[in-house]
Amino acid sequence: MTASAFLSAHGIRVVLAGRVVLNDVSLALPSGRLMALVGPNGAGKTTLLRALAGLVPCSGAIDVGGDALASLALRERARRFAYLPQGHIMHWPLPARDIVALGRYPHGATDPSRLTPKDAEAVLRAMRATDVAEFSERRVTELSGGERSRVALARVFAVEAPVILADEPTASLDPRHQIDIMKSLRAAADRGALVIVVTHDLSLAARFADTVLVLSQGRLVAQGTAAEALSEQVMADVFRISAYRAEYQREAVIVPWAEI
Amino acid sequence: MSIQGVTVTAEMAARRRASVMAGLVVLVVLLALVSLGIGPVRLSPLTVIDALFGGGSDVQQVIVREIRLPRTILAVAIGAILGLSGAALQGLLRNPLASPSLFGAPQSAAFGAVLVIAFGLADVRSYALPVAAIVAAFASVFVLLAVAGRNAGLLILILAGLAISSLAGAATALVMNLSSNPFVALEITFWLLGSLEDRSFRHVMLALPFIVAGAIILLSRRNAFRALSLGEETAQSLGVDVGRLRLWVILGTALGVGGAVAVAGTIGFIGLVAPHLMRPLIGHDPARLLVPSALTGAALLLAADIAVRIIPSTGDIKVGVLTSIIGVPFFLYLIMRERRALGGGVA
Repeated sequence: MTASAFLSAHGIRVVLAGRVVLNDVSLALPSGRLMALVGPNGAGKTTLLRALAGLVPCSGAIDVGGDALASLALRERARRFAYLPQGHIMHWPLPARDIVALGRYPHGATDPSRLTPKDAEAVLRAMRATDVAEFSERRVTELSGGERSRVALARVFAVEAPVILADEPTASLDPRHQIDIMKSLRAAADRGALVIVVTHDLSLAARFADTVLVLSQGRLVAQGTAAEALSEQVMADVFRISAYRAEYQREAVIVPWAEI
Repeated sequence: MSIQGVTVTAEMAARRRASVMAGLVVLVVLLALVSLGIGPVRLSPLTVIDALFGGGSDVQQVIVREIRLPRTILAVAIGAILGLSGAALQGLLRNPLASPSLFGAPQSAAFGAVLVIAFGLADVRSYALPVAAIVAAFASVFVLLAVAGRNAGLLILILAGLAISSLAGAATALVMNLSSNPFVALEITFWLLGSLEDRSFRHVMLALPFIVAGAIILLSRRNAFRALSLGEETAQSLGVDVGRLRLWVILGTALGVGGAVAVAGTIGFIGLVAPHLMRPLIGHDPARLLVPSALTGAALLLAADIAVRIIPSTGDIKVGVLTSIIGVPFFLYLIMRERRALGGGVA
């Protein structure tokens, strides 16, 4: 796995306001996979995503596509990492299309009314993949939570970056939308991207991820398929819960059940 | 929907924006012609055009080209930079109540200029005046953004702005208090009210380079404001250097506002009002609002400066007083509209 790693991190350490948030985290992740990053609140999941995207200063080495992250200019980083933060912030009532078109910003298309055919095609592909084309002219502030989250995801897809970092993309969505979003991310991985999804939903993680990464108190404590990484031992040590475990349609089913 | 569909709707919106823009340009030109024609000697727009291009009598030429043209140029330039910097600050802070005057920038710039005048550090017509005003304006916006912190809500920004404009006002009062020459103090008071009266080309040369530089800086950053509508973190992930952007916007605003205040005193609320007038016509895109807001600012200040010459009164009404009289109720109206955001926990 290390040999074909597209994104690798070695000895990542992040200190925020005097607190060690991430300590000696090392990863080697190949393209074309969906990774679920799980862990209790405060484990450092968001910070790890931000460190990988170069949004928070960290010590250690990060390599992406054969280049050291530190050596890349801001715009080049922006082309390699598409980052979806929590909460889907959209401050102004812009049409959904203009929000999605912002995904082309790193490619030099800074004005959504002057897209090159190549950029317009990328925007359209992203809108189709997330099923937002039907309301592309509506203002994002008038959309429902589910529709907004799909627009936010379309913006991320429009970057067409080799690495997609999504921070709790399914939070506060109904089950149907959660599955829609995870399926879209799954499809992006199948098209060749490395997708890392932070989630608290262990069932979704088990259902959709190739690999589950478990973070606890700033350290990577388990990594593997859902059945391996979310073993009874890890569930007890990291999450302090027991879980119902089964298999359905050849996927692992893990349902958090009781506290320990 | 097809690619054609996407580009066609975008083109339609672009065409509508272009027609609004053309309308604004026509409005500014018409108001400028009226402004050139108004005064003790009233001239028709046709006479004004004639005189501008070297026709008409010598007296008419002197009136239009030497007495009234500098005033009109300053009204256009100062109105435009105030509208532009208001729209830029609103874009930077994703906040429809941001504006230079609410942040205390003109008041601070005035303090810088007053300091120079009162202590006789420089002649009123030297470049020391705009430079002092620009330095003070830069310091005030910088301190405001540092105090308010990242992602500051409406309430914090406005409170910090209130504190800074109060401080600048108090410091100005102190300087006048300590100034030994009562005539200087009186002169400063009148100048503080904000006026475009009796301005010459010397004043234009004093202010215009800074205003143009500020405008170029703010306009060149325009597309970053659109990316910022997704929040600072996402903008950064899209390749916008947010820290540097902030510094550029502070610098552009300070250059523009400082240059304007140095020759015209404090003229408030145009930066707040102009973007709001444009949103229903242009949309909320912070990048596309910049130029229309500048044109609207120019039209507003031209109209106000025409009004102070038409309104019959015993003394002269200063244009800065008029813009505040109209601007403050508008501000109250905006507060009412934003009440939910201001009162809620999200602020």
